[in-house]
Amino acid sequence: MNRHLISAGDLSHDDALLILDTADELARMSERPVKKLPTLRGRTVVNLFYEDSTRTRISFEAAAKRLSADVINFSAKGSSVAKGESLKDTALTLEAMGADAVVIRHSASGAPHRLAGWVRGSVVNAGDGAHEHPTQALLDAFTMRRRLGRLDGIRVTIVGDVLHSRVARSNVLLLSTLGAEVTLVAPPTLLPVAVGSWPCSVGYDLDAALPKADVVMMLRVQQERMNAAYFPSVREYSRRYGLDAGRMALLPEHGIVMHPGPMNRGVEIAAEVADSTRSTIVEQVANGVSVRMAVLYLLLSGSEVTQ
Amino acid sequence: MRHATDRQGQAPAKTVLEPAEISRALTRIAHEILERTNGADDVVLLGIPTRGVPLARRLAERLEHVEGRPVPAGSLDITMYRDDLRLRPARALGHTEVPPVGIDGRVVVLVDDVLYSGRTVRAALDALGDIGRPRAVQLAVLVDRGHRELPIRADYVGKNLPTSQRELVRVLLTEVDGQDAVVLGVNLTATARGEEAR
Repeated sequence: MNRHLISAGDLSHDDALLILDTADELARMSERPVKKLPTLRGRTVVNLFYEDSTRTRISFEAAAKRLSADVINFSAKGSSVAKGESLKDTALTLEAMGADAVVIRHSASGAPHRLAGWVRGSVVNAGDGAHEHPTQALLDAFTMRRRLGRLDGIRVTIVGDVLHSRVARSNVLLLSTLGAEVTLVAPPTLLPVAVGSWPCSVGYDLDAALPKADVVMMLRVQQERMNAAYFPSVREYSRRYGLDAGRMALLPEHGIVMHPGPMNRGVEIAAEVADSTRSTIVEQVANGVSVRMAVLYLLLSGSEVTQ
Repeated sequence: MRHATDRQGQAPAKTVLEPAEISRALTRIAHEILERTNGADDVVLLGIPTRGVPLARRLAERLEHVEGRPVPAGSLDITMYRDDLRLRPARALGHTEVPPVGIDGRVVVLVDDVLYSGRTVRAALDALGDIGRPRAVQLAVLVDRGHRELPIRADYVGKNLPTSQRELVRVLLTEVDGQDAVVLGVNLTATARGEEAR
């Protein structure tokens, strides 16, 4: 394993399986009365969040605390960043405080990569711009494996705003490493230009893709990024690319519905679909903690040997 | 004594326990457990991965054979409780499987292949504390090779094997390694102790 987790593409097949297997064991421990483990006692994990986030930050915080690490939460609002401090100066401050791991979310793609060059601890990318969100991809893969029993050869359809989605990119990279077949379905305006070079296929017709899909993953329509007219109206998007009960019925019997959250109910996913037994949305949140524990454990243990 | 080649390509290894001797040692330990716990009424066997787990299962079979009723056996992974996590590359986690009866108020017998520094057992005691509160904890090992670093001793020992710290003790079990044997070799590469199966 690398010292940092910046991109899902950096993970080898064995690394990814080690993380998922470790998360499996840790998930079993989260059912015990005492959920805490002493593993990272005395280690410091900094959550450095330049963008708003609820579930990812809380998930990383819970993961670090269950491993007995000390957690420092840093959000850009109300910090020196509001006074104009640069990422590098913030990084040096964290370094001086002795952070063993920095979990960073930033609106600029590549910020975690830059940060990794400035700090001695491990850097975990918790979402950078429209680039990557590797721990989300890991928890998605973990959830699929728990529901379907395997990842090799399964067919995953990812639907919606791929252009602005770091979740989609990380999932494509990780799932192809793990042997799943990924199909992206989106309006052409919401696909990145370079999508042809991604290890996946592309389609424009959701109804045609659903009957073959073991997993359908709905992406959020990122209304805060919809400053240009990517589609004529929300209603039209929802009619062509939204998942309602009628479309869900096209899935094979074992097919599952995923969503990284937060959801726009009634836009990309109908409320009745989100609340159905095929939906893994709540499981994904619970699995997120186990997967992030596995990542922190694997990055931080033994780190004194490699330095 | 037979000579076998150590699979790590190190010095030739000497077999110190043959399959029949391992079997006899386990049978004796099973009888000792029955004596000390008055029939193993509330005993739960917990093996420490990797090789403690099949040993615990074998002991459970022998206890059942003598007493005529099943004795719960499971496994207890101690990786997350080790005291050298910062010093070594990350390890894959083993499986923890506590029998449905739980451990509260029971006599837990921890089972491991080799007792050396005692650090694994210390970690196991911490791990047990997070699962429940046994009435008593006892320790059964196939080989006690000495060189303790902590005030820990075994209640049941298959064989006391005086060793030097340069030597390497390997326990091979059919379930994991395809054969039963305890071999002793000279460790040419590792300077740090605990290089073997903990």
